[in-house]
Amino acid sequence: MSDDEVADDLRRRVADLLAAHDPATTDRLEFLRARFDAGLAWVHYPEGLGGLGLPRAMQSVVDAELEKADAPDNEPRRIGIGLGMAAPTILAFGTDEQKKRFLRPLWTGEEVWCQLFSEPGAGSDLAALATRAVRDGDTWVVNGQKVWTSVAHKARWAILVARSDPDQPKHAGMTYFVCDMTDPGIDVRPLRQITGEAEFNEVFLTDVRIPDENRLGAVGDGWRVAMGTLMNERVAIGGGSAPRESGMIGVVADTWRKRPEVRTPGTHDRLMRLWVEAEVARLTGKRLQQKLASGEPGPEGSAMKLVFARLSQELSGLELELLGEEGLRYSDWTMTRPEIVEFTGRDAGYRYLRAKGNSIEGGTSEVLRNIIAERVLGLPPEHRDDKDVPWKDLPR
Amino acid sequence: MNQSTQSRETSADVNLLYTDVEDSLRDSVRSLLADRCPADRVIAAYDGDHDLGAELWPTLATDLGLAGLLVPEDMGGQGASAREAAVVLEELGRFAAPVPFLTSAVIATSIALRARETELVRKLAAGTATAALAVPFSSGAATFGSDVLRTEEDVLRGSVANVAGAHDADILFVPVPTEAGFEVHLVDVSEVTMTSVVSLDMTRRLADIEFMDAPCEVLIDATDGAAAVRDALELGAALLASEQVGVAEWCLESTVAYLKERRQFGRIVGGFQAIKHRLADLWVEVESARAAARYAAATAADGDPDRRVATSLAQAYCSGAAVHAAEECVQLHGGIGMTWEHPAHLYLKRAKADQLAFGTAEGHRATLAGLVDLQA
Repeated sequence: MSDDEVADDLRRRVADLLAAHDPATTDRLEFLRARFDAGLAWVHYPEGLGGLGLPRAMQSVVDAELEKADAPDNEPRRIGIGLGMAAPTILAFGTDEQKKRFLRPLWTGEEVWCQLFSEPGAGSDLAALATRAVRDGDTWVVNGQKVWTSVAHKARWAILVARSDPDQPKHAGMTYFVCDMTDPGIDVRPLRQITGEAEFNEVFLTDVRIPDENRLGAVGDGWRVAMGTLMNERVAIGGGSAPRESGMIGVVADTWRKRPEVRTPGTHDRLMRLWVEAEVARLTGKRLQQKLASGEPGPEGSAMKLVFARLSQELSGLELELLGEEGLRYSDWTMTRPEIVEFTGRDAGYRYLRAKGNSIEGGTSEVLRNIIAERVLGLPPEHRDDKDVPWKDLPR
Repeated sequence: MNQSTQSRETSADVNLLYTDVEDSLRDSVRSLLADRCPADRVIAAYDGDHDLGAELWPTLATDLGLAGLLVPEDMGGQGASAREAAVVLEELGRFAAPVPFLTSAVIATSIALRARETELVRKLAAGTATAALAVPFSSGAATFGSDVLRTEEDVLRGSVANVAGAHDADILFVPVPTEAGFEVHLVDVSEVTMTSVVSLDMTRRLADIEFMDAPCEVLIDATDGAAAVRDALELGAALLASEQVGVAEWCLESTVAYLKERRQFGRIVGGFQAIKHRLADLWVEVESARAAARYAAATAADGDPDRRVATSLAQAYCSGAAVHAAEECVQLHGGIGMTWEHPAHLYLKRAKADQLAFGTAEGHRATLAGLVDLQA
């Protein structure tokens, strides 16, 4: 079938869905479940799992038709970790039962997901993680502490990497699990950050029991599975095919247009340089997406995230300077626990502070440069003392 | 919908990758240049030896058909688009090749096509004639001008400095201001006085041209002359971005290759993190420049309404990226990068001269500010 024929077929399928489940009169969740079952949730997923096995790009046809019909969506911003990280990992490494069990409520948003990766002693060096998973018959008993976990307090499930064999070198002895966040051994505590709010949490795990059927991938294969998740995360943060002036540049450009009194020759020069960089970054992301249309995310996603972080920081800094007196004020330092994090949300001061996280979360810019240098350019790896030593013998 | 909103819309379906046809064209150009365009002979141009360009261009122009790449097939050309021309320019940039593809086969040919001078177009496509637009190489589409005037006797009088491609040309296309607007005249080079300039980039030599009662012939009249020159310069700017990508790509690749071999302090120099991070940033910059240049070429090929934004965007970004890559190339090669023998200087000089061509980055940012409603 040609692209046009595929698009026509998709439009027909959407029309059938809308005819059978009128969005105006159908319960929201019921509609979303029907959409998933019709293969119109994410068309690049396989049939039976919310998709039709089509190219990722065809999703826009479905989204446009549904938007026209005023159909409810699954509030993707509320369930970003599930959609962007847990789902591709489950799809790539999960058993058929796991895919059937988890993907539908994940996509409809009935079940929110969070990510239990980083630890106080394992940030950039994720493979140093110390949360232990000990096998006890058909279950695993997990003990440890995780950090930087967004929406942990709302989450039903978590993707978790834990150390299952401390006698192996650090990269070999890890296993990847789906963890039930309602387990009594889970303790979630808010972690307040420089913006004043607590978007993240610390998660303490004490004798948390995970049935072996909730293991993702083989025992000891956790690092490889986690790498798949992180590549998807970097694409999710830096990639995408947003329209021109999306994100931080759009916010600053709007300020510039609406507030002629803030304009100076110096800020104009900076604005235009950043506009050029932001638009080029958008095109680079689009080019990357065209390249990846059918394949897996590669280290190129790291490049997009690197640029995105730098531009967000420079643009949000410029915005505060543009605002002058107003830039000296901040909206609110009260501690809250937001459910949705918008990098471009709230006021300019918040955006400036929140953007500082962009070059740390999902891989620091320094680590990303190492990844590009080593995996793309083939330069020698960093010297390290921890590769072939059993994890338990490493200095800590 | 007002104009500023329109200009902020972009074409969703533009293919920013290389097609199979483009890749195969690249392969032919690259293998020919690898064989016939060795760096030591390119460097010889700085010592006054220009034989390489004189040998190379006829082969590229006729054997590979590059002179007529943008000319429709029914006029003796290849019927290709700006996308393919961009790929050729990437390769010419990679070799700092001293040939008039951009000045004749792209810019001047676009003017001949616009004038619907079939015979002239056929000659250009066949490589039996080579042309150049007689404006300073620095001329941007937004700001070009001319001091060459038509006298009452219908001859041209005046001068133009820093014309690129004139040395290789038999024919000059000369913008001439009149009360009704710019005309474009055709002048045979035998009718002008041409003085070689010692150029910063001797792989694209410049010339000063003096018109002393030079006989001329109107090619495009005042109703379309200014637009024709502007569009030609815009096409040149859009496609120069791909040459800049080729320059940057060579600089990055040769630097990475060198630093994988070079040892100091008992280590491969490319293993030092200070170096790795610089090269990672440079790779990101080169890939970004590629996306910008591809967008400019694709929108130029399709006559896309967003092409003016795409062109100024590509120039504002790629001109600096090529210079940065060439500067990093010299620095990270250490002492050898500073020598006459090593080709790094070819790319530094090409990149720096290209940065000043067809409008500066600052000029293109000013153009963009107007196009996307972000005025000072």
